[in-house]
This record gives sequence, C-alpha cells and structure tokens, in this order.
Amino acid sequence: MTETKPISIPEGRQAWEAALEAGKLRDSDFTSLSGSTLEVVYGPEDAPGDPVEDLGWPGQFPFTRGVHPSMYRGRLWTMRQFAGFGTARETNERFKFLLDHGQTGLSVAFDFPTLMGRDGDDEMCRGEVGQVGVAISSIADMEQLFDGIPMNEVSTSMTINGPAPILLAFYIACAERRGLDPAVLQGTVQNDILKEYQAQHAWLVPPEPALRMITDVMEYCTEHVPKWNTISISGYHIREAGSTAAQELAFTLANGLEYVRRGIERGMDVDSFAPRLSFFFDSHLDFFEEIAKFRAARRIWARKMREEFGAKDPRSWMLRFHTQTAGVSLTAQQPENNIVRTAYEALAAVLGGTQSLHTNSMDETLSLPTEKAVKIALRTQQIIAEETEVVHVADPLGGSYYVEALTDKMESEAEAYFNEIKRRGGVVPAIDSGYFQKEIHDSALSYQRAVENGSKKVVGVNCYSEGEESLEIELHRIRPEVEAESLKGLASLRADRDATRATAALDEIRAACNSSANLLQAFITAAHADCTLGEISQVLRDEFGDYIEPKIL
Amino acid sequence: MSERRIRVLVAKPGLDGHDRGAKTVASVLRDHGMEVVYTGLHKTPAMIAEIALQEDVDVVGLSILSGAHMELFPRVRQELVERGLDHVLMVGGGIIPGDDMQVLEADGFAKLFGPGTNTDSIAEYIQTEISKRWAAEEAQA
Repeated sequence: MTETKPISIPEGRQAWEAALEAGKLRDSDFTSLSGSTLEVVYGPEDAPGDPVEDLGWPGQFPFTRGVHPSMYRGRLWTMRQFAGFGTARETNERFKFLLDHGQTGLSVAFDFPTLMGRDGDDEMCRGEVGQVGVAISSIADMEQLFDGIPMNEVSTSMTINGPAPILLAFYIACAERRGLDPAVLQGTVQNDILKEYQAQHAWLVPPEPALRMITDVMEYCTEHVPKWNTISISGYHIREAGSTAAQELAFTLANGLEYVRRGIERGMDVDSFAPRLSFFFDSHLDFFEEIAKFRAARRIWARKMREEFGAKDPRSWMLRFHTQTAGVSLTAQQPENNIVRTAYEALAAVLGGTQSLHTNSMDETLSLPTEKAVKIALRTQQIIAEETEVVHVADPLGGSYYVEALTDKMESEAEAYFNEIKRRGGVVPAIDSGYFQKEIHDSALSYQRAVENGSKKVVGVNCYSEGEESLEIELHRIRPEVEAESLKGLASLRADRDATRATAALDEIRAACNSSANLLQAFITAAHADCTLGEISQVLRDEFGDYIEPKIL
Repeated sequence: MSERRIRVLVAKPGLDGHDRGAKTVASVLRDHGMEVVYTGLHKTPAMIAEIALQEDVDVVGLSILSGAHMELFPRVRQELVERGLDHVLMVGGGIIPGDDMQVLEADGFAKLFGPGTNTDSIAEYIQTEISKRWAAEEAQA
C-alpha cells in the first residue's frame, strides 16, 4: 500500500482550480437573486471574520447567531398570518378561525381607505372599502374586530403607517373601554413612515410632521404601553417594490437609525425606547442570500446601537424581526407551485433566526387568500417547526464559509449605502430627491429584464410553462354589500355620538398639532369621543399639508 | 416626415400605492420608442381623463392591485368617453381575476394583462393595435 502525502490548503486549491478549468460549465446565470457574483465554492480565506467579535454565541453581542441563547428550544417563532378583509365582523371570524387552528398571534390587514386615513364614505374610496383588508374607521369598528378576543392575552400586529397613531389610539381606547390597563397590551404597530415614501406609498402628511407623530408614539408608549413595539421598521415593502437584498437591508436599517436619532433628539434616553423597536423583513427565494441578510442585520444593528448611540441595555442592541415570505415570488401560473416557493422562503427565515413569520398563500397573485390556502400556508410553518428538526440548533449555518462570506458582504454593502445616504444629507433629504425610489425602480427593472431575457428563470412563467392554462383554484371574493354596510355603520356612529364632545376632541388635536402636546394622547381622547379616522386625518392634513411625491420618471 | 410616436398615459387610479408594475411598464414602453406620461399615485378617474385629454394620448394603461378594478376601470372609461376620447386604446393590468378581465374586455377595454406578462409583449400589442388604427385613419383620409 502506498502512503498518500497530505497536500496543503494552497496546493489543494491550485489543483481544484486546474480541475475546474478543465471541466465544462452549464450555460447559465450564476449570480444571486440580487445579481451578485458568486464563487464556485467558498473557503476559509473568504470568511476571515473573528469568531468572537463578528459572531459570538447566540444571545451575545453582536447577535449574528441569534438574539436568544437557546433560540427555538426556548420558544418557537410566533406564527402570525396577516389577515383582514371586508367588515370588522368578517375579519373577526377569520381571526377566530386562525386562533382555533393554532396560530399564536394576530396581524391586521387594513383596506386602502384605512391605510390612507379616509373613512369609507369618502368620495376617493368608492370600490375600495374592505377590498384588500378590513375597513376600520372608528373605535366602534375596532371593538367589533376584537369581539370575543382577549386583548390582554393575544398579541396583535397592525400593519398601518400614515395613520398608525390613530389606529393605535382606537386599539388603546378599545382596551380601556373593556376596563383593561393599556400596560397589559402586547403587540406591534408598523408605524414606519419612511419606507412609505420610499416604497409602499400609503402616507398621510409630509415626512417631518409624520416623524413627530412617530416620536410621540414612542414617548407615550414608553410610559403607558410599555410592552408595545412602537415601530416595526420594515424592509418588506422596499424589497417587494423591487430592491435587492442589500438595498432592503441598508435602507431599512438607515430608517431605523433615523427613528433612533429622532427619539434621542426628543430628549429620551436611548435605552428607554430602543428595546421596543422591532423589524420586518422579506424572505425571498435566494436561500443563502436571505439567511446572510438576517444575520448581517442583527450584527449591524447591535454595533450601531452600542457604538454610535451608546446604548447600554443589551435589549437595545438586539434586532428582533418578523418575516413574511416574498409575495413577488409567487406566480399566477401553476399557482400550486407557490406552496413550494413559500416553504423554502419560510425555511430561510427560520434558519436566519426570525421571531415571527407570515407565510403567503398560494392564491395571492389572484385575490385575497381562501381559508384553504391560508391553512396550507400555516401548516407549512408547522411542518418546519414540528417535522424537520431544524429548530433544535441555533444558527445552524454559522461557520459555513459561504454564509459567513455573504454575511460580511451584506454588511459592507450596507455600509456603502449608509455613506451614500449620509452624503445626500440623510434619509429625509434622500427621500425628497427621490434617491431611494430611483434605486428601487432601477433594481426592479433590471430584474424584470433578466426574467425576460431568460437569465433569471421563473418556473411556469419563462420555463416549464404550460401555455394559457385555465385556473382551477377557488377565489376569495369580497361581498359586494361590504361598502354599504360600512357606510351605514359610519352614519349611525355620527348620528348617535355626542357631537359637542367629538368637535371638542378634534379641536384639541388641532391645538396639539401646533404645540408640543403629545398627539397620541389627543387621538385617544378623540377615539373615546367616537371621532372617525377620516375626521382626525383631515385635521392633520389641514394643519400639516399633503405629501407630494417627487417625480422619478 | 418625422415618424409619428405612440403617446401613452400610464395611470394609477384609486388609493393603491403599488407602482412597481406601472413604473416598469412605463420604462419598457419608453425603451420601445413610445412617449410615456406617468400620472403618479392616487388619481381619481376624472383626473386621469383630464391628463389623457391634455396630453393627447393614443393609449391609456391603468394599473390596479387593490381589488377596486371593477369600480375604477369602468369609471375611467366613462370619464374618457365624456371627454370625447372613445378612440383611445384602453389597456390595464394588475391583480385581476380572469372573470373580471372578460367583463372589462367586453366593456371597452382592449386588453388586460395579468401577473407574469412579458413586458415586451405589452409593447408589441400596443404597437400592433395602434398601427392598425393609424392605417385605418389614413385609409379614410
């Protein structure tokens, strides 16, 4: 038997490169979903990070490996399906359905009138009431929405931004009417206006007064609703609007840092409010790129909070996040395939250490999801949690040369964007000049071109397609009576309330707009006086003006 | 004689803020040599028809992902007709169930495009339809 001499790492690499050179490669695009160049294989020299400084252990600074020491052995992520349609009564029924099937938190989807701060009877809202979410115009609607649901036990997430402080006021006032102390309430309000101007486009007033209201929410909740997450700083919509993974990461964290600056400028101690900031990311189809993004997000945030803002409470350093699988990755063609896409995306979110997760339903490129589709989406999470055994080990991909190299790359790309934003005068001036909007549009366009020239493949769309297949899945339709019912509810609310008290509450808001009074406090008073969302929003528009988007094309 | 360019209005009716598709299509149509005006977000049907009139467009393309298409698409069409713009080629896209597409296509919309549509095919469709109309106009003149 001949003795084989061990070869050194550089020798091995040389031999491998020679073999690679000699072989043939498929004629294919080998870039990441975001278009980044990828190596054939990654080695130790690609991931030179320090195991202590750059990784640490789960629950330790800089939290690259997760925010909890035991990760999912201690507690699984919250399975939180975003839901809302039609009237408050219908959505209340869907919430009870989801809770009965093992969902552990609620997440409210509002309709466009609500998202834009308008009542259903506004002329701008015809045809939109209850369509993409539930219509909530007053405390009465909020009471209906949570009828029979214990607000002191369930945690509730509300996806609302421009009028977020008003909807939060309805929720707090609703709990107060039930005799609950707001201090027991748990949940999250998205309340992230910066990404609205950048990507999602549901705003109420211009950036500066909007930021003032957000700071008011942070201040009020720190004192009165301490378990509430006051902002869910969201990359999801930036990504869905077309950004790359690195842009999603960088823009979202830049927005988060802006909120922190505003809180400190208000005179608050950073550790008094930073632990209540949470994040919301997209999980797209590029499995490793997404996992790297989540890991980099935690590391960047921890460093910025400790080093730039001097936060001392470890909870201020921890980036906790919700994830939603990528709606844009779903196809209308062969829609059952979307179950598979969503499962991979959900697995990436779990391996990336998410705290809560929404899995999309297979039929969402066609309409709001049916109960059957929602149940499959929820079961997808339950299969990951209960059957795959991936949940037992924290940060299972930590130490993978590839994942560590991608994590480092994400961090350096984000830093480059932070510098660019700084060069442009900060987040708000960069919004005003259309910088983010243009960057996102350019990325969306280059992805669309890659799909159309075939370098990026979409199964059922530009490969393995079956022509004009007829769709054989059931669609969820909104009842046509929803709009009329909502209008009737509004009319009776206005007829039955104490008109003097409602007018006084609106006047108080007007005065608060022009003083340093806390607007959330004024909104809660107005909620108790049965003022509507549209009435309160109109006062804000009168006082603060409308927002006009910059033209980018 | 300089070549006549197709003028297109890409519009977002209603409260829907999803503009990825509208902006992508607007850019692609420009790449195909068309003159494209984009309305921006949150426009009423009357505002859209007014812009179409002022800009003297050949095509109006509507984008909706909010589920309000059955209300807003016909209203835009009606506002255009009221301004004497019945000749304008009307197309649209978004999250629109197939049954709704059929109803709209029977009611004044030339064609509706769903998710996954190749954007070049939208440009080619518009070029073909407008060429036919211009050829018919010339034959009449």
